[in-house]
Amino acid sequence: MQRHLALMLYIAICGLIVFLVKAEWINAYIQIVIMFIGINIMLSSSLNLVNGYMGEFSCGHAGFMAVGAYVTSILNMWFFTKGNLFGDALFSPSLSVILFPVTLLIGGACAALIGLLVAIPSFKTRGDYLAIITLAVNYIIKSAIENIQTIGGARGFMGMRKVVNAMSDTVPLPWLMIWILVFTGLTVVVLHRFVSSTFGKGVVAVRDDEIAAEIMSVNTQRMKLIAFMLSSGLAGIAGGLFAHVLGYINPGSFTIMKSTEIMVMVYLGGMGSLSGSVMSAILFTVLMEFLRPLQLFKWVLIPLLLIILMMFRPEGIMGHRELPDMFPKLRRLFPSREV
Amino acid sequence: MPVLQMRKINHFFGGLQAVRHFNLNIEEGELRGLIGPNGAGKTTIFNLVSGFYRPTEGDILFQGKPIAGLRPHQVTARGLARTFQNIRMWNSMTVLENLCISQHFDMGYGLLDTILANRRFVENEKRIRKTAMELLEILDLRDYANEYPKNLPYGLQRRVEIGRALTIKPKLLLLDEPAAGMNPSDIDKLIELIRWIRDQFKLTLWLIEHQMKVVMSVCEAISVLDFGEIIAEGRPDEIRNNPRVIKAYLGDEGITHA
Repeated sequence: MQRHLALMLYIAICGLIVFLVKAEWINAYIQIVIMFIGINIMLSSSLNLVNGYMGEFSCGHAGFMAVGAYVTSILNMWFFTKGNLFGDALFSPSLSVILFPVTLLIGGACAALIGLLVAIPSFKTRGDYLAIITLAVNYIIKSAIENIQTIGGARGFMGMRKVVNAMSDTVPLPWLMIWILVFTGLTVVVLHRFVSSTFGKGVVAVRDDEIAAEIMSVNTQRMKLIAFMLSSGLAGIAGGLFAHVLGYINPGSFTIMKSTEIMVMVYLGGMGSLSGSVMSAILFTVLMEFLRPLQLFKWVLIPLLLIILMMFRPEGIMGHRELPDMFPKLRRLFPSREV
Repeated sequence: MPVLQMRKINHFFGGLQAVRHFNLNIEEGELRGLIGPNGAGKTTIFNLVSGFYRPTEGDILFQGKPIAGLRPHQVTARGLARTFQNIRMWNSMTVLENLCISQHFDMGYGLLDTILANRRFVENEKRIRKTAMELLEILDLRDYANEYPKNLPYGLQRRVEIGRALTIKPKLLLLDEPAAGMNPSDIDKLIELIRWIRDQFKLTLWLIEHQMKVVMSVCEAISVLDFGEIIAEGRPDEIRNNPRVIKAYLGDEGITHA
């Protein structure tokens, strides 16, 4: 039973949030902040797999997010709404409750596929090349979407609100919030299981010493592809959720600025630390909201914060450690290291 | 049938011929040494065998099957392990984790099993951990299972690295200068370890070494390499008195004992 303590705690918190939303005890603004925290947790922890655990430098995470966002949005519009792009709705809008997570997964799979296309040529070499390639891919994806007029081009793509409304009309629950909480939990669980398994630690072996990894029977090419696909796939799912929170997406939401924002979260929380990524995503999102009155000046303050952090704690807040390493009492909550 | 056969190997780095008409047979259970002056091409030969380079010409057969052109992890999975001149451990992970990861060739589960944490995952993780623990026990390293390799003294690090190579269950183990940077008492322990490993695990060993004490006392046969070519082969006492070997090491006006 103790093994599931952390999980049950999470479910309890989620239950509380859903209850509070349903009872309308927290307003729409707080709800959106909570949803963004969830999405940012997914983004930062998935990027940490590549930049932290694997020690590569990917800086086009927003590109994969865009793929997921567009694929999921288009599918949902096609399936459940009338008079858009594809004419009539393919399924009854009431089915959206069941099919929405499926479309998210398809969006994630498409993003993972793009991730694979990027990874195959770029992992032949190491280090800076991946940074340059992912940067380029980010631009390619953005420009490609801008030039496809059927999905709105640079004007963007909207109408996802209808899908969200269709879900709550069918079963009156805050569905979007529920799916965000579910997928955030899943992302963290999947990543935690991956990096704490002997299989996934192959990725860390690649970071520590790639030559030793290859000679000690780790299929380094395959490990890198798997990690990169997992990372981009999860970013795609986060993108799909992101699109539905906003109800409107345009290519401008997925620029290098967004990628940088995700990277700031990863480096703030610490390389190779899942709990660091989760904490920093929460911290960062909340901080951004508190700094809103400063308007543009927050973009002076936040990079400054990063510079100060890099000077005094270059490995990030948690740097290669997890919460239980720092507070041994928490080990009772996360005992999964010993199988 | 020899464990390892290398036939007419030629290897070029651009215009430089690093290995020249290299032929070699290593029989099962043998304890072979490879010596030669600096830059003779010893490590290049190990890199050819373990798959880092594909030989420009020639065949490499391991247990009768060609391995030239395979990726290093594929060569390793067939039972050919090696250690490095400068110890290469994964230093952000513990000794135990190091010995688990090196079993990647025989995981028994994949990504999906990891994510689902199903029974296949749990059982294989248990088996992998058990294999690693058993090996640590045999090598007298049990107390260091949860230490980080970089925090161990040099001699122990070498022992751990050899232990990690043994998780592959190798038929043939290549040791690239195992005694490099060791003090005399560590070297004595190493000699003992090498002999013991050969008997305990019934494997074939091939080592590069500069410390004559190790080579002469451990190896049953020695090949001497100079400028990518074998210049002498034979028992340690034969090699010791071979004039070509003395010349290669000491130059033309060499003193009579190496």
